Amino acid sequence: MTVYLTESPLDLGALLASVQSPERGAITCFLGTVRNHHGGRKVLRLEYSAYRPMVEAECARIVAEAESRWQVAIALRHRIGRLEIGEAAVAVVATSAHRDEAFVACRHVIEELKRRVPIWKREVYADGTVEWVGAKGSEAAGQEHSGAAGQRGSKGQAELADGRTTFGAWQRS
Amino acid sequence: MPSTAAPALTVRVLLFASYADTLGFDSVELSVTGPATVGDVLDRLRALPGGERLPPKPLCALNLTQVRSDAPLSGGDELAVLPPLAGG
Repeated sequence: MTVYLTESPLDLGALLASVQSPERGAITCFLGTVRNHHGGRKVLRLEYSAYRPMVEAECARIVAEAESRWQVAIALRHRIGRLEIGEAAVAVVATSAHRDEAFVACRHVIEELKRRVPIWKREVYADGTVEWVGAKGSEAAGQEHSGAAGQRGSKGQAELADGRTTFGAWQRS
Repeated sequence: MPSTAAPALTVRVLLFASYADTLGFDSVELSVTGPATVGDVLDRLRALPGGERLPPKPLCALNLTQVRSDAPLSGGDELAVLPPLAGG
């Protein structure tokens, strides 16, 4: 059984190997790494935490959905704990016979992860302050999901909703 | 109608990240009078110190699946109250 969460550095080579096959000639990868800035402030590192059993359940659902919707094999891992600048927090690998499905499925999996998987991160800033990402103003903005077109719970998730519109237009029907 | 008292349901409530900081704990068992919904437990949380800072309709998961606040509860359920997600 796949375990989607890890506290160890992500091993992209191992993930790739787990979904490579002679029939699937196209491979796409997405790596999300720790950025050194956010909102104009200098970030020193991130600390990720998670609702572990739900992360496993939700990631399994997302991978199963993608693999039934497209002819792809998906590898997915998210790292938690303390991460330094440049380290990878999340990796998605999609393999398929041809590139179209590999690209679209890889994009779909990372967007669904960000929308559905219960993981949180605290940013540690150079000025010594620490903040939960997305929590600012959440008293007003935090909302339950109300379906695919529902309001997102934070500024970041609102931006994601816009990104998904662009993605939808880009995606082949 | 029978005059027996309504049964109490005990649910395990989990808080994470900013919500755990706000209320000062990450896990609590709460008993509510049945039948009860997710919203009834949220009302109980709001009555605790710091609970007034929870949003009107926070993201919730019941036994690992996202639910709305009108979802009904059963005894032994695990209700997680989830701050805005920030994976990736």
